Amino acid sequence: MSASNAAHSVVEPSTGSRRFAGLLVILYAIITMVPLIWIVLTSFKSPDDAISYPPKVLFKPSLEGYCNVFTTRSRQTQEFIQTLGPPQGLCDNIARSRNMVVAGPSNYVPRFINSLIIAFGSTVLAVALGTLSAYGFSRFRVPLKDDLLFFILSTRMMPPIAVAIPIYLMYRTVGLSDTRLGMILLYTSVNVSLAVWLLKGFIDEIPREYEEAAMIDGYTRFQAFVKVVLPQATTGIAATAIFCLIFAWNEYAFAVLLTSGNAQTAPPFIPIIIGEGGQDWPAVAAGTTIFLVPIVVFTVLLRKHLLRGITFGAVRK
Amino acid sequence: MNDLSTSSQITYRAVPIRPGVIRRIRGLSDQALAWLFITPTIVLLLAINIFPLVWTIYLSFTNYRANRPNAPTLWLGTDWYQSILTDPDIWAAMQVTAHFVVWTVLIETVLGFGLAFLIDKKFRGHGLWTTIILLPMMLSPAVVGNFWTFLYQPQIGLFNYVVAFFTGRGASSFQMLGDVTLSPWAIVIVDAWMWTPYVMLICLAGLRSIPDYIYEAAEVDRASNWRQFWSITLPMALPFIMLAVLFRGIENFKMFDMVNLLTGGGPGSTTEVASITLKRAAFESWRTGYSSAFAIILFVTVFGLANIYVKALNRVKSR
Repeated sequence: MSASNAAHSVVEPSTGSRRFAGLLVILYAIITMVPLIWIVLTSFKSPDDAISYPPKVLFKPSLEGYCNVFTTRSRQTQEFIQTLGPPQGLCDNIARSRNMVVAGPSNYVPRFINSLIIAFGSTVLAVALGTLSAYGFSRFRVPLKDDLLFFILSTRMMPPIAVAIPIYLMYRTVGLSDTRLGMILLYTSVNVSLAVWLLKGFIDEIPREYEEAAMIDGYTRFQAFVKVVLPQATTGIAATAIFCLIFAWNEYAFAVLLTSGNAQTAPPFIPIIIGEGGQDWPAVAAGTTIFLVPIVVFTVLLRKHLLRGITFGAVRK
Repeated sequence: MNDLSTSSQITYRAVPIRPGVIRRIRGLSDQALAWLFITPTIVLLLAINIFPLVWTIYLSFTNYRANRPNAPTLWLGTDWYQSILTDPDIWAAMQVTAHFVVWTVLIETVLGFGLAFLIDKKFRGHGLWTTIILLPMMLSPAVVGNFWTFLYQPQIGLFNYVVAFFTGRGASSFQMLGDVTLSPWAIVIVDAWMWTPYVMLICLAGLRSIPDYIYEAAEVDRASNWRQFWSITLPMALPFIMLAVLFRGIENFKMFDMVNLLTGGGPGSTTEVASITLKRAAFESWRTGYSSAFAIILFVTVFGLANIYVKALNRVKSR
């Protein structure tokens, strides 16, 4: 690092060093964005453009990748296609130009829906349980509090594959294999530790005096919790919920080992999108792009709370 | 929930003049409420984390195979543990894991701290650029691994093209994912790309926690910038750097998804990190007892590492 010439001077760094720092950071940011931009560009390429050498930066945009990720197609003879009526919609049109017809929706759609249901279901549960526990740990004297909190955190440190072995056996016994409910429960248990730790931090910051004042006014403890603490903790709860959503949305190890079809989410499915004659890169890129867009939106929304989220509330800024 | 709230409401109204009693009764109901609030979480974790863990410990002493549930189960004692700890393949996997952990944590710490140091200069627009830099770490490691396989394609991939462009080597003369010497670095590059922002964010918090008056005092004492960096900036940011190293070390020790999609442990077993070995043993060869023992060994290692680091962290903090 250029520590010597750009080091910290008193409070305000000089304009020169500031500009130099800005230049380096922007350079890094641009380089780091190239892979992501490349995937988005690839999703709008035709299959031929996607695998051309040298890689094409300028190309004729095509929605074929998006069509291919959402539909299945079947190859037909030219004569058969001519007997059909006019193409139905854009995707049919693209398919027919390649001597194919759209046969129906692809498996990506149910996988995506599974992702949504499992992510939202586990988030709601984890945040609800987490809020209650966090309030309990924040406000009451609980015996072995530190040990319990460490226990809760430690469950998240377990390697997922190691957990997956007994979960696989347990779910097989109780009939939760490859079910959405099973995945929701599993993700809830992983997320609840994060939720407790994060929310405890947020609730610790709400002055106890608010509740005490409410209780002097005749509220019970529970009413004070619902009517005073919860509204104050809204931001924290929202931030925690987004973190839980992102985790459940991104999770792969459990999903690939414990689901095979019925409850499979998008992450294990995207890598196995295969077209005729090898990987259909524009379709993979399209599936990836659609999958990543919500994360980008959430990251921008969360940017002020990211630090807390990634350190389990240990670092608050 | 309902009877609890009404009962304490009644107590409140019935004996408003004797605060000692109120406190005692309310204290009791607080305790009940505390358990009511905390128990569901504990029960869930016991059911979905601790019960399976205990089961794993049991299985690790047996010859159970998940693909033959009806075969008789034999008690083997510590046989699996002995065979794992003396298995050269396991030690090879541990070496691959160590290589991966050490290099990723090193690169991410150096780059992440450097970036944080630069961002801390508060140039114009640093907020926006920081958010952009943070993006990769929020993405799904599996999806990231998958799209990097596209960037690493020998003929058509962007990564190979860029390397070829700058070095003059042929774009298809090397395979990042298919080459025995290159593939361990291929996974390090992707991990560093993804997780450098994580270290950067924590280091940035560390740098921002250093109060300005310390620098002002140093300036009064005419300490050089170099001296200020080594005597103030680095030591004061160290607990935060340690925190980042701890989190990254543990996470990368159990790394599975990204590596599974990039190389699947190959070519051969050159990128077979511990989690991939475990997955192959548990879900491909179905050696459930054996893999349970290995899983327990990994647990113990992770918790051991975590504990050592947490202690080191507290020592640095209390200094």
